[in-house]
Amino acid sequence: MVLLHALMQGLIAASAFLLPWELSPTLLVSCAGALILYWRGLRRVRAAERPAPGRRIAFFSGLLLVYFVMQTRFDYLSQHMFYLHRLQHLVLHHLGPFLIALSQPLTVLARGLPARIRPAAIARIWRLPVIRVAYRLLQNALVAPLLFVGLIWFWLTSRIHFDAMLSDPLYWVMNWSMLIDGLLFWILMLDPRPRREGALLGFGSRILIVLAAMVPQMLIGAHIALSNRDLYDVYAVCGRAWEIDPLLDQHLGGLITWIPAAMMHVIAALVLIGRWARHDRNETHRMRAPTSSNSGRA
Amino acid sequence: MWRSRKWALAALLAAGLLSACSGEGAWRTHDIFKLVPDLAFSLNDDRGRSVSAQDYRGKVTLLFFGYTHCEDVCPETLAQLAQTLRASGSGRDDARVLFVTVDPARDSTAVMHGYVQAFGPQFVGLRGDAAALDALARRYRVSYSLGKPDAQGRYEVTHGSAVFVFDREGRARLVFTVKDTPAAMAQDLRRVLFDSGAGAGAG
Repeated sequence: MVLLHALMQGLIAASAFLLPWELSPTLLVSCAGALILYWRGLRRVRAAERPAPGRRIAFFSGLLLVYFVMQTRFDYLSQHMFYLHRLQHLVLHHLGPFLIALSQPLTVLARGLPARIRPAAIARIWRLPVIRVAYRLLQNALVAPLLFVGLIWFWLTSRIHFDAMLSDPLYWVMNWSMLIDGLLFWILMLDPRPRREGALLGFGSRILIVLAAMVPQMLIGAHIALSNRDLYDVYAVCGRAWEIDPLLDQHLGGLITWIPAAMMHVIAALVLIGRWARHDRNETHRMRAPTSSNSGRA
Repeated sequence: MWRSRKWALAALLAAGLLSACSGEGAWRTHDIFKLVPDLAFSLNDDRGRSVSAQDYRGKVTLLFFGYTHCEDVCPETLAQLAQTLRASGSGRDDARVLFVTVDPARDSTAVMHGYVQAFGPQFVGLRGDAAALDALARRYRVSYSLGKPDAQGRYEVTHGSAVFVFDREGRARLVFTVKDTPAAMAQDLRRVLFDSGAGAGAG
């Protein structure tokens, strides 16, 4: 009986935790829309085209993580604890978009569209000069990593950070900018195709970019983790979620910015090296294949 | 092509930096004009009257969250605000310090009244039920938490140390933090008091 009571209490507490702290209809619709499209797409694609379970899990967990850090009580906690805020941004900028990009969801998502919307219509919008130019402008070897690192640096500037944590609209601009930039960056980096098959950048340059973008993040993280000055007093000003030494909070946040983020870049480099090697092998096969068939016929 | 793109990027970055820094130097404390919502609440004051933000229009208000059992931050902050008000040269009816208790269980109307009177006639104690208090804390993104009571029934209370300054029209203008000196606070408060509205566009 006592156990049942405790279980009920736990369930009530858990469901309270899972409710949005600040409801964002835009995010809710985006996440639900992506989920429905992907689900419908999965049921429609032929068995041979269906992504492997690993890719499906990557998509769902990436989406779920993004939703969790923005639309549950975790969002409240990350507004009032620096290291939880860094964890939130690790999910929004690295882990969530990384998993979504890794799952290569675009084909499945496109198949999930209602029958009335023809793929040709989407392709036409995609080919609009405005969109193509904007995309190419953001998604290149120079701007993409600069934007990726620049955003981290920008929102971690003490003064900007203070305002973002105090102002509701600015807070949402910050989190959306991290999520959108994360998606752009990791979709560009983790494109499964080599350059000659349509990827905007070759495997080699992507490996270089991913590793180069890691270094400034490690410097920013280390600076925060090793500083003995309270860099982000907004958490004292607005109140922390619970009692913790401000410097401990800051050091934990610095470590999260430094180490797991850097690890994601190393993992990305490994994934890219693996894909590069696989494509090279296929290429060699293709080059050998005609000779062997020729000799067979002869 | 590459050159022009680089220049465009540099220009963009510079524009961003400039807009981020504009207005700085003008204020010695933290400018929050247009970042934080206008003053709005409905609570009870330390004489038991139900009051709202409307009752303080025409006065500059300083909003602060705390509790009377607080041993250091709250009395220190309130004493500093009393000093700041004196130094700013505000008249008796120019400004009000609104001290909102996050611990209404222990801070009754009478307790609040005795507490705020000690700091001066411009100090008002405000209390409300959990819903009204939560709504206000949420509006200003301020958190507070009450710890578990010990054997003697004492408990820890944590709360933000922000002092939000609203002008005579109830618009949020400044945040004072523990880092700000009374001199800096007094100087900025004087500006809000005496050119209320005039300097608003500059921030």
